[in-house]
Amino acid sequence: MMKKNKSKNSLNSSTFLLLVTIALFAVMYIAGMIIFNDRGFASPQMFLNLFISNAGLIVIGCGMTLVMITGGIDISVGSVTALVCMSAAYAMEKKGMSAYTAVGISIGVGILFGIVQGYLVSYLEIQPFIVSLAGLFFGRGLTAVISTEMISIKNELFLKWANCKIYLPFGTYNKHGAYQAAYIYPTVIIALAVIIILTVVLKYSKFGRALYAIGGNQQSALMMGLNVKRMKMQAYVLDGFLAGLGGFLFCLNSCAGFVEQAKGLEMDAIAAAVIGGTLLSGGVGTVIGTLFGVLIKGTISSLITTQGTLSSWWVRITLSALLCFFIVLQAIIAYTKKKNINKLE
Amino acid sequence: MSNEKTSLIKRITSHPLFMPIVCLIVVLLVNVIKRPDFFKISINNGVLYGYLIDIINRASELVILAIGMTLVTASSGGQDISVGAVMAVAAAVCCEILSGGEVSTNEFANSFVLAIVAALVVSALCGAFNGFLVANLHIQPMVATLILFTAGRGIAQLVTKGQITYVRVGTYKVAGGYIGKCPIPTPIFFAIIAVLIAYLVLKKTALGLYIESVGVNGSASRLVGLNSTKIKFLTYVICGLLAGVAGLVASSRIYSADANNIGLNLEMDAILAVALGGNLLSGGKFSLMGSVIGAYTIQALTTTLYAMNVSSDQLPVYKAIVVIIIVILQSPVFRKYIADIKKKRAVNKQAMEGGRS
Repeated sequence: MMKKNKSKNSLNSSTFLLLVTIALFAVMYIAGMIIFNDRGFASPQMFLNLFISNAGLIVIGCGMTLVMITGGIDISVGSVTALVCMSAAYAMEKKGMSAYTAVGISIGVGILFGIVQGYLVSYLEIQPFIVSLAGLFFGRGLTAVISTEMISIKNELFLKWANCKIYLPFGTYNKHGAYQAAYIYPTVIIALAVIIILTVVLKYSKFGRALYAIGGNQQSALMMGLNVKRMKMQAYVLDGFLAGLGGFLFCLNSCAGFVEQAKGLEMDAIAAAVIGGTLLSGGVGTVIGTLFGVLIKGTISSLITTQGTLSSWWVRITLSALLCFFIVLQAIIAYTKKKNINKLE
Repeated sequence: MSNEKTSLIKRITSHPLFMPIVCLIVVLLVNVIKRPDFFKISINNGVLYGYLIDIINRASELVILAIGMTLVTASSGGQDISVGAVMAVAAAVCCEILSGGEVSTNEFANSFVLAIVAALVVSALCGAFNGFLVANLHIQPMVATLILFTAGRGIAQLVTKGQITYVRVGTYKVAGGYIGKCPIPTPIFFAIIAVLIAYLVLKKTALGLYIESVGVNGSASRLVGLNSTKIKFLTYVICGLLAGVAGLVASSRIYSADANNIGLNLEMDAILAVALGGNLLSGGKFSLMGSVIGAYTIQALTTTLYAMNVSSDQLPVYKAIVVIIIVILQSPVFRKYIADIKKKRAVNKQAMEGGRS
């Protein structure tokens, strides 16, 4: 009886958080459309731009969601992104490797980070935060070891990928009355594919359900006969893979590698996951929510750039404030839930 | 006789400060081998000069931060990663008040004391914000402090309006320079005073004991009548305040508020200092002196790496490796593994001896 009630309760609270997020996104976007209508905020391309400029972040945020569901965290993703961009740029420009090799290197770097961090977290039971904090500094430092100067990518195949526009069957008329079809880049399709695959994996696969079980209560998961350590390790490796892939998508967007790149990206990814309803304590979360979290972040930055006079620090500050708001909301929900359980007992 | 000897060696090696001191000695030895004049201290223009002085001087901010970080780690089992950003905020507030909003100033626009107090109040408020999230809302310390870690530098930029505010006044340079004709750099005094105050408060009052007991078991301490929420909150406020002091010293060194660079990557160094000092990063018992020695070791390491032509961008690689090695050595799984090996050896030895007799 009590158990049934509890599970219903947690379902309610997680869907509640997701609904808050979607409502917030809608309100922000509609407000932007009304206020900045004259600057093209209402055009469909503006909405697609949210996906185009944040494709990498969506993929990285999905990886973050996975480890957060297990109750862990990975703050090295920003540095991994910088390292991936730098090593891809270095491989193509200084070593003359092909763009395919660069993709391989990017994903390899990501997976390597995932394996090392996953091993330290799951098998040696070190706090994930400390491990990935070291990863954060290690990745950023290694980027500087490869090159302290900016390398811009001029590889033909790579640029072809980066500039390949896919036109959609709808569009807008600009001021001069010419028809402009809305377009997206291949990166958006990859990001959406990742979202769909992960949603299915998390919902229906054995692996996905195991992650929720581990995050909900590691002890019970162990008693249920799950190989907790191996599952956690796999989650971190998958997170590393996604960080590598996301880093490469990021690179397709920026076409360059430099030390300061993607600084604070880990914050964006964590904020996106938390805003999207993933609990910091683990066991609850969806990648769809994370997608909306990323879109909110994208809306904030495009609102601020469209407004024009506010400085870019406001993006970070607003996002931090939102993160703070959602963390407090989670804490309150957790508190009321605990109270309810106590009452039932 | 031999028994007594081994027990003495064991007593020395099992002393909590043994490992930190060994680490420091190793780093110093490497330096001495690389440059024989390492310990030479000369007097140039009436001030002390030398590598050793440089290390002790540069480590001052880190020592001050390490005190706060030790307390936070002990009480909550997590680390405050916002200290670097809080340093930048404190420096920005202080310089902005002193310059009265100008980019550069040659005389104070407002009272010096007011600026210092305002900066310290703001940094204590930052600490209180972290403390509220951690102690009252039970959020993981590192996630809670992550908010200020990223927002802090943005706030500092807003305070200084995106510029580097210069305060070119002699009085302001004292904290990061020299007092009158005293040959010892002032930051060293700041570090010593901070350590002394912290040591006296923790040893002469029960606060140190309270912090340890809250860190070891929060709910048990609550049951014996300690207000664990309040104690955790207090450690975060202290940590924020100390970060503010460190920020003022750092800003006085360059007589300006550089929101992007003051305290950059220092949070990592401070955590490293705590870990090197033999403190468990998961909280509980702590050794203040260990952290202080750890802080000097880190600074010695940094200076050594600089001397070996490692650029400041690349430093984090080495530090990250050191952190990982320390946490692996500290991890319970690894310790158990080593203990098992030792036990096996002892059993084997006994079996062999038994067989012989």
